[in-house]
Amino acid sequence: MPIQVLMPALSPTMEKGNLAKWLKKEGETIKSGDVIAEIETDKATMEVEATDEGTLGKILIPEGTADVAVNTPIATILADGESAADLAKAPAPAKQEKAAESAPPAAAKSEAPQPKAAPAPQAVAEPDPEVPAGTEMVTQTIREALRDAMAEEMRRDPDVFVMGEEVAEYQGAYKVTQGLLQEFGPKRVIDTPITEHGFAGVGVGAAMTGLKPIVEFMTFNFAMQAIDQIINSAAKTLYMSGGQMGCSIVFRGPNGAAARVAAQHSQDYSAWYSNVPGLKVVAPFSAADYKGLLKAAIRDPNPVIFLENEVLYGHTGEVPKLDDFIIPIGKARIARAGSHVTIISWSNGMTYALKAADELAKDGIEAEVIDLRTLRPMDTETIINSVKKTGRAVTVEEGWAQSGVGAEIAARIMENAFDYLDAPVARVSGKDVPMPYAANLEKLALPSAAEVVEAAKAVCYR
Amino acid sequence: MAAPKKAAASTPQDKTDGGSPPEFTREQELKALRDMLLIRRFEEKAGQLYGMGAIGGFCHLYIGQEAVVVGMQMALKQGDQVITGYRDHGHMLATGMDANGVMAELTGRRGGYSKGKGGSMHMFSKEKHFYGGHGIVGAQVSLGTGLAFANHYRGNDNVSVTYFGDGAANQGQVYESFNMAELWKLPVIYVIENNRYAMGTAVSRASAQQDFSKRGVSFNIPGKQVDGMDVRAVKAAGDEAVAWCRAGKGPFILEMQTYRYRGHSMSDPAKYRTREEVEKVRHDQDPIEQVRNRLLAAKVSEADLKAIDAEVRDIVNASADFAQHDPEPDAAELWTDVYR
Repeated sequence: MPIQVLMPALSPTMEKGNLAKWLKKEGETIKSGDVIAEIETDKATMEVEATDEGTLGKILIPEGTADVAVNTPIATILADGESAADLAKAPAPAKQEKAAESAPPAAAKSEAPQPKAAPAPQAVAEPDPEVPAGTEMVTQTIREALRDAMAEEMRRDPDVFVMGEEVAEYQGAYKVTQGLLQEFGPKRVIDTPITEHGFAGVGVGAAMTGLKPIVEFMTFNFAMQAIDQIINSAAKTLYMSGGQMGCSIVFRGPNGAAARVAAQHSQDYSAWYSNVPGLKVVAPFSAADYKGLLKAAIRDPNPVIFLENEVLYGHTGEVPKLDDFIIPIGKARIARAGSHVTIISWSNGMTYALKAADELAKDGIEAEVIDLRTLRPMDTETIINSVKKTGRAVTVEEGWAQSGVGAEIAARIMENAFDYLDAPVARVSGKDVPMPYAANLEKLALPSAAEVVEAAKAVCYR
Repeated sequence: MAAPKKAAASTPQDKTDGGSPPEFTREQELKALRDMLLIRRFEEKAGQLYGMGAIGGFCHLYIGQEAVVVGMQMALKQGDQVITGYRDHGHMLATGMDANGVMAELTGRRGGYSKGKGGSMHMFSKEKHFYGGHGIVGAQVSLGTGLAFANHYRGNDNVSVTYFGDGAANQGQVYESFNMAELWKLPVIYVIENNRYAMGTAVSRASAQQDFSKRGVSFNIPGKQVDGMDVRAVKAAGDEAVAWCRAGKGPFILEMQTYRYRGHSMSDPAKYRTREEVEKVRHDQDPIEQVRNRLLAAKVSEADLKAIDAEVRDIVNASADFAQHDPEPDAAELWTDVYR
């Protein structure tokens, strides 16, 4: 029976790609290992190698097709002795596509990080005061917004530079630093050895002299190697020197769960860093916030932990076309206005929060969704004002509940708005286990919109 | 970062050769004597104040090791940076930081270099290019490499002098830093102050390679063992290392063979070595006595040397007086300097 070639997944978070080019024609002989096509993901162009031998029977997806879902059949290969007539024996592509959708990898992706929900931030209830009315907006991926933020700040200030693993010649492990080496050269876009503890310290030392490093960690999971320099050196020096010497430095990179990378690559450090005085901690959700807050972080005279989310990198959003678009650190944003219950989240937690708000609205519950954006300093005022209005609150985070950011929010609500509460604050969080690998277990370990809906209904006594 | 790749450094792993180091001029001898004496008397006073309860927490004295910082400082120029670990009082005085400010920090007073918020292990001076004073063993090595990175980035000819001990030399980030420093040809002198004990652990019990000048071999970083009790040898080695760094050749390692007379900290009874061992070093190798004897042999009068003693004692006594009478920081200082 003819063999189907499926659209491959080329990274843990890839859900679709463009079929850029066919390198083999129908009827050509194919050996295992031959490059048969080129596929563009949002990060890179990758070659597809044949794993079977035979003749390229039929190209099912022509070159130039965009947004081909992972696992879609893209061609068939005929084995020895088979002819075009045998093509009919292959399962119909449409049917296969459907089967692919319910295949485990695709299922995991469509549930866990949900890109389709990303455009929601555009449905802003209260426009950001940083964006004047009538501002032209451009559609960008979060990856591009981050890159532009760095490039703009590097143009503006020669003391700003980027260092980290694969940031220069490789163009960024997640392509966030794409093009920076070409524009700014190797002096300011610096590939480091795999040596997190060391280069974090080098960055802090350079910052103590007044330079403004952007230190990229390939992921924050690896920053645990460097956490001594981040906390003991970066966060505490200003205080220990009586204000004489501090450091303006940004530590940035993807934080939290990606998809199917298991326990050591899936931890959320929001609570860890936000525990430490001397650090500022930023964890945005929308493309515009990523850009405006990264620019603010680079200019900030303090050490800033900038927590990104790999799942969100490819998501697009509207970014104001302004020469100098800055979002102030420490200000939450009301992403959706409502009066019945307050849902508080940040970063990818907003995906569940916003989806849940849509669901709740169908049942007549209008949720007010707050995107914290900054975890330290925390915008307590925005939370409290909302809770005074709604009398109910649910926190949503991907990290663990114990000593988590949700616990901190609940405490602040109790301290500042106890008399306004009509129900105890509810927390939705990652489950109290290391992140499992299996798709079904991973899905269970992460929060879900359904859990947020359930929690919101519970605090509304519905 | 673009850095020219070169073959292994041509400088061998020199041992201190048998010959005497270059002689100092009389002015240099007098300056070395005065600066070393200031550190010694300051540390003795700090020890006293600790015993009186005026200084709290940890207090690591530098007595015995004075020639290292004083000799190195004589090889530096304005703009060169100094960074070290927690045994830092000597380094600060050597860079010219004010004795009053250092002592008042030890007593936790508002006139201290860190307004009383840093203490013995955490002081800084932008003006004197002193970057701390770090309490985590080995952390200053990456930071000092970062200071050198900044010099390289800015294209100036300043050198970072990064001090650490034989104990810190076993920390992983030291080697991460060595790798980057040589890879990028950063102007950093790693001064390993081998005082033979990491707290209570003798070098032989903790280090597989006890020749610390060789710790950079696998990175092609040249290294040299130096008699750290002879301020002239330190200065000569410092000159060589500084010239290497300023010429853009990358890092240099100096192992200073030295000795601390006191315990690791004030609360260390130092049971891990004999009194005789300490007395022998004191008697045979004391860095201050070496200079004093040379000066006397060169017919400098006892009176002149006494005048130096007196000047130093005045500075130290004044600092102790200041540090005990300066008020504690205002309670409002609790909340300042967390962010700027």
